[in-house]
Amino acid sequence: MKEIVVISGKGGTGKTSVTASFAVLAGDDAIIADCDVDAADMHLLMNPEIEKSENFFSGVAAKIDENKCTNCSICADVCRFNAISVINNQHSINSLNCEGCGYCEKVCPVEAISMQEQNVGDWYISKTKIGNTMVHAKLGIGAENSGKLVAKVKNEAKRLAKDNNKDYIIIDGSPGIGCPVVSSLSGASYVVLVTEPSLSGLHDLKRAYTLVKKFNLKAGCIINKYDINTDVTKDIIKFLNEESINHIASLPYDENFTKAMTFGQTIVEYDTGVLKELIVDSWKHIKELVKSN
Amino acid sequence: MKIAFTTKGTEWNSEMDPRFGRTEFILVYDEEKDEFNSFDNRDIENEAHGAGPKTSQQLFELGAEVLITGNGPGGNAATVLQKAGVKSFIGAGEMKVKEAYEAFKNNKLKEF
Amino acid sequence: MKIAIASGKGGTGKTTLSTNLTALFAETENVVLTDLDVEEPNSGLFIQGELVKEEIKYKMIPKWEEDACTLCGECQKNCNFHAVIQLGSQLLVFPELCHSCFACSELCPTSSLPMIPQRMGSLKQFKNKNISFIESRLDIGQEQAVPLIAQTNDYVGKTFSRETIKIFDAPPGTSCPVIEATKDADFIILITEPTPFGLYDLKLAIETMKELKKDFGVVINRYGIGNDDVVDYCEKNDIPILAKIPNSRKVAELYSRGELVYTEIPEIKDELQKIRNYILNLKISN
Repeated sequence: MKEIVVISGKGGTGKTSVTASFAVLAGDDAIIADCDVDAADMHLLMNPEIEKSENFFSGVAAKIDENKCTNCSICADVCRFNAISVINNQHSINSLNCEGCGYCEKVCPVEAISMQEQNVGDWYISKTKIGNTMVHAKLGIGAENSGKLVAKVKNEAKRLAKDNNKDYIIIDGSPGIGCPVVSSLSGASYVVLVTEPSLSGLHDLKRAYTLVKKFNLKAGCIINKYDINTDVTKDIIKFLNEESINHIASLPYDENFTKAMTFGQTIVEYDTGVLKELIVDSWKHIKELVKSN
Repeated sequence: MKIAFTTKGTEWNSEMDPRFGRTEFILVYDEEKDEFNSFDNRDIENEAHGAGPKTSQQLFELGAEVLITGNGPGGNAATVLQKAGVKSFIGAGEMKVKEAYEAFKNNKLKEF
Repeated sequence: MKIAIASGKGGTGKTTLSTNLTALFAETENVVLTDLDVEEPNSGLFIQGELVKEEIKYKMIPKWEEDACTLCGECQKNCNFHAVIQLGSQLLVFPELCHSCFACSELCPTSSLPMIPQRMGSLKQFKNKNISFIESRLDIGQEQAVPLIAQTNDYVGKTFSRETIKIFDAPPGTSCPVIEATKDADFIILITEPTPFGLYDLKLAIETMKELKKDFGVVINRYGIGNDDVVDYCEKNDIPILAKIPNSRKVAELYSRGELVYTEIPEIKDELQKIRNYILNLKISN
């Protein structure tokens, strides 16, 4: 079983469109996991029918038991996050501000404060429109993606892949370079970096790759819209060569990328031309690269 | 020497867990005593952040001198392991524990 | 007047809008642009100026003083973030994991963990004719954007008068950094694309703004490329659409080179004018 993780340092590079295309091409051979929980858009292309849904708990926030509270204000004095205010003569917690440090709980003289696990969203196991299984999640407002949620989504995908003897897990990875992306990459067999030839695109590619390198993972790169700035594209290819990153494909600027999305389709379903061909070839190429790994 | 493995089970034949911080189990093999100990690390699932340092500390408490894992620890975890004097070897994520041990003995694993 | 520009996801044109709108305002009046996307600030690729001020920004973290420490283990127990870890006879502090809650420090029975300032990033102020440009950047390895965003907001509030037009480029998403970046704004512009992804992420952003009880309007970027669902949704829910920025490959090309777009494409300038007028009207009614 091979775990293929698709990431991109910055948003808007086409990462999800590419991942969803791979998910369609892999068909029944793969379990799909959407770990880009902050902008979980893959379901819009995969049209999943939810088969199982569960609450997801992460982090803690303080809660005041008004029956025990004497309004002594010690909690509000120690809180560094302005999370405790007095409303109608009663101390209460603003959970959007609470960081969950638990300092208030520790200093409360009458044990009126307890730390409660926060229900920050839901995670799902679904059947996609092409019949393969997808694990995904939705976060509530102000809730942050975390290594924990990514690990949860990935673990479920792995369990399903193992139980059903699947060859691949295809993962839409988290953005940035923090805890969620570390968790996305953890355990990966191969990493696909999707980038675009802009000044910020190149910068973010390098930053994301430092993490991939730190974990000693094999990686390849797809340059999207390579023809909008051929100078930066050259710089990207130079970087790929220096770092021995496989250059999987360069995709041209093509409005079908967006049009496919508008019809709720992946590129390989909508497009019939060169764009589709390049993505089909990319997936074949990745399968070979993973095999020899 | 005490060698720790990140694993998905508690036996010599179990699969390795390629992850470090969020590994399901830690298996410690004491070469001198030829003795196995396992630690159930699955509670780590409840930690939103900071799984790496927490697991590293656990290794220290288990007295491990060498760690064998898959991808390798993240930055914070690497610091704790270094301070704790634990040497890390990576690249054993897809093996069974037994195979990982043999690979380590034959110098086939890369030091992190 | 504080205007924040936000979007549910990255890559929808937030930076393009904030830099171009700033430059347009600057043709007639003083304007302040602040890049609050502190993990990845890139407005500076489009707006240059002379560096007039630089400040190092700090957060408070505990520092272990071992002389009086009895290794009682309280600090480790009191830290909910695993930022303080006891390894035998030594304590390790992980600044990136620390939320500066002070619990370990103030609850330490021997006062062995005083809080000290630690560098988390820097703030730079640039000046170019009518534009003041503020950019804060987190140091590599720092994970918490919120404290730096809060300090940057304070700086801008103290440095410029109330009436000055201030444009804030917010971080993407709907989590804590966006909330911190938008909670003091008078008006929020949500930028989106006319696609299913755009609409889905816009709805999440709108939910967030409603939760924060903020006034907001929508700007549709790359208008013409997708479908009418975003327009229909906004009309049905009485959400003002401030502008529709036409789709053009030329925008992608100019952006990739770090150049402004409105000076090259008149249709875009017209749309930005609409946003400008909308903001100036808000200012009068305030």
